[in-house]
Amino acid sequence: MTDPVIETQGLLKSFKGLNALNGLNLSVPAGSIFGFLGRNGAGKTTTIKLLMGFLKPNGGNACVFSLNATDAAAGVEIRRRVGLVTEDKDLYPYMTVEQIVRFTRGFFPRWRDDLDQRYLKVFDLPPKRKISDLSKGMRSKLMLLLGISHGEELLILDEPTEGLDPVAVEEMLRELVAISGAGGTTIFSSSHQLEEVEQIAEHVCIIDRGAAIVTGSLDDLKAQYRRLRIVLGEELRAPIHWADGADHVHQEGRTVEILASRNVDAILNQARSLPGASVECFPVTLKEIFLEHARRN
Amino acid sequence: MLFHLSPSSGVPIYLQLMEQVKHAVETGALRAGDQLPTIRKLAEDLVMNPNTVVRAYRELQHEGIIELRHGSGAYISEAVAGRTRVTRKAQAIVQSALERLMSLDLTKDEARRLFENELALLRAETNSEGGKND
Repeated sequence: MTDPVIETQGLLKSFKGLNALNGLNLSVPAGSIFGFLGRNGAGKTTTIKLLMGFLKPNGGNACVFSLNATDAAAGVEIRRRVGLVTEDKDLYPYMTVEQIVRFTRGFFPRWRDDLDQRYLKVFDLPPKRKISDLSKGMRSKLMLLLGISHGEELLILDEPTEGLDPVAVEEMLRELVAISGAGGTTIFSSSHQLEEVEQIAEHVCIIDRGAAIVTGSLDDLKAQYRRLRIVLGEELRAPIHWADGADHVHQEGRTVEILASRNVDAILNQARSLPGASVECFPVTLKEIFLEHARRN
Repeated sequence: MLFHLSPSSGVPIYLQLMEQVKHAVETGALRAGDQLPTIRKLAEDLVMNPNTVVRAYRELQHEGIIELRHGSGAYISEAVAGRTRVTRKAQAIVQSALERLMSLDLTKDEARRLFENELALLRAETNSEGGKND
């Protein structure tokens, strides 16, 4: 295994005494599309700012390319090697599309002219138009174009599909898949749009109140999580002590519903051993996992 | 396009893709020697992670459904012709079992749930015996 491209350990950040990050652990494998999920205000943007060295943490470590993001010199190096697409689309409004491309490329030694030319066409961006005259969707695409054309091995996107219509979202996801398929680029994308992430991400981390609550390969998570519905022969007199992994148990009369995060087979066996029990087992969507954790906190 | 995925269902995408390739083989939509799209082409067409396609193709290769030829892509394996015959035979068994269930006044949904339930239990049993999943 190669080193993770992004790694944080116990990352802490507070603003005016309020904890934005509460000991975040993150590990992003090289070459993956990584979905960084969470509600608004969960700490996603703060994390990205710390990774880029725009903010200093109050504790813990943040490394990008094994460089310490809290070190000023390393921060410069990181910013040079990362294609960053941020949420705030404050580009220079008086420049034209062409001008901002030329302006930006000056900062990045590995700029790929072929990519900026390609994405001007793919995204159908008018080179001569002023940024102030672009629609919100076009601005998002322009930001993505600038991020991609760095030609770097890490692309960090903060809510890249915010404000895009469904067709533009699908186009953008397709381009991200194409970049990933071409090899050599790790894509780290924050979002609260679960369906989009679910569609293209290989690994996910769900962050809530500044800490990772679920993390892993999307396929593995889907394979581990199950919802069980058990109908018992008779009402239970005493509550059952369920096996490890039965995270959430809800009982109503003779029906027991369990959301299991792992160890499903043991829980299934346990359920079957109950007198007169009929057991059903369903797959769980990312949305259900997300809502379940959001409710619990 | 032959395949349709539902990313937000609880079923892992690589499994959905594997199921659909197998189904296409069972129905004869894909035959021995047919070429599947390349990993990049399929990932872009279906807007899914390329590594997920890789995983599905590898597992399908492991199960002997497809052959991966270096540099030229994925092909439906010659061995699947035999599987198609077995599937046809099994289909007859399922049909007659269903007819008997229907004669007990079972609804289609009830029958489906019973099947799925038994399969889930069988899987749990195999796993607890230390066997391999599926």
